[in-house]
Amino acid sequence: MYYGPGLCGKTTNLQYIYQKTNPEAKGKMISLATETERTLFFDFLPLSLGQIRGFKTRFHLYTVPGQVFYDASRKLILKGVDGVVFVADSQIERMEANIESLDNLADNLEEQGYNLEKIPYVMQYNKRDLPNAAPVAQLHELLNPQKIPQYEAVAITGQGVFDTLKAVAKLVLTELRRGGR
Amino acid sequence: MEVMYEQDYRHIQAIVDRLHHESNGKAVLLIDKNGQEIAASGEIENLDTTSLSSLMAGNVAATGGIAKLLQESEFSGQFHEGQRTNVHISIVAQRLILVVLFDERSSLGLVRLRVRKASKELKNTLDAMMAKAVQPSEPSIFSEITDEDIDNLFND
Repeated sequence: MYYGPGLCGKTTNLQYIYQKTNPEAKGKMISLATETERTLFFDFLPLSLGQIRGFKTRFHLYTVPGQVFYDASRKLILKGVDGVVFVADSQIERMEANIESLDNLADNLEEQGYNLEKIPYVMQYNKRDLPNAAPVAQLHELLNPQKIPQYEAVAITGQGVFDTLKAVAKLVLTELRRGGR
Repeated sequence: MEVMYEQDYRHIQAIVDRLHHESNGKAVLLIDKNGQEIAASGEIENLDTTSLSSLMAGNVAATGGIAKLLQESEFSGQFHEGQRTNVHISIVAQRLILVVLFDERSSLGLVRLRVRKASKELKNTLDAMMAKAVQPSEPSIFSEITDEDIDNLFND
């Protein structure tokens, strides 16, 4: 599940993964978006990663709509989530939006009976290429007090996109092995 | 992340197959509320059942959200009428979504009737599965997976 403030690049992450994945490993990417390409309900991308000990692994990637007023939709999509990528917008002027979205994630997870401290969860600092990007140290301090794995990314060129995906997929599989949830 | 054993799966598949047959539908899908396909029957070769499952679950979740806002516990069924294909969606035992696609070879009345019967059977099967799951069982089949196995998945 990709979570984060509006226009932070959640859909762009999925689009890059979709473009760069072998046709046999992926299904259709579905975007329920408005006419202006803002996510309305969710994006969905099914992805096969191969086999572990005879078990086929298939991941379902979803994004939530980032805009504040779509909170009811976000709550629905969080039901049944196995792992979360928080996509932060590195631009200094989006810091408040990042914090608001992160608080919203924590609240909504709690409402569904999950806990950010326990669920597989990684952080992506997106838009590192922009001149107004805040230093990573500052983002880290503001958004990642738990010191979860964090990745720098430029989703539009693909930088950091697969590193982020692999990190969360690994955490999900590790949790599955542990017999979590 | 729930585990279903082969025997239970076969039982569920048999119910879905029978519903497909008895309802005269084009296809039947059984999906969990998170959008994972559990069983499918009928003319599914040209259906993108993965995408359908995700969207059906999204649809049911959205409808459930609407119900809650209207102080209804749940809308138990939905019907979409198309020019060629109609869709009947119902919720089984509060946790599964049963979808029947049908055309002029069947009718809404027949589909409803057969869905009601199949829902009862599915609920009984699920209840039996849950009862089994409560008993202490052998360690998770996933517990043997090593870090190396997981790393290997990403060596491409």
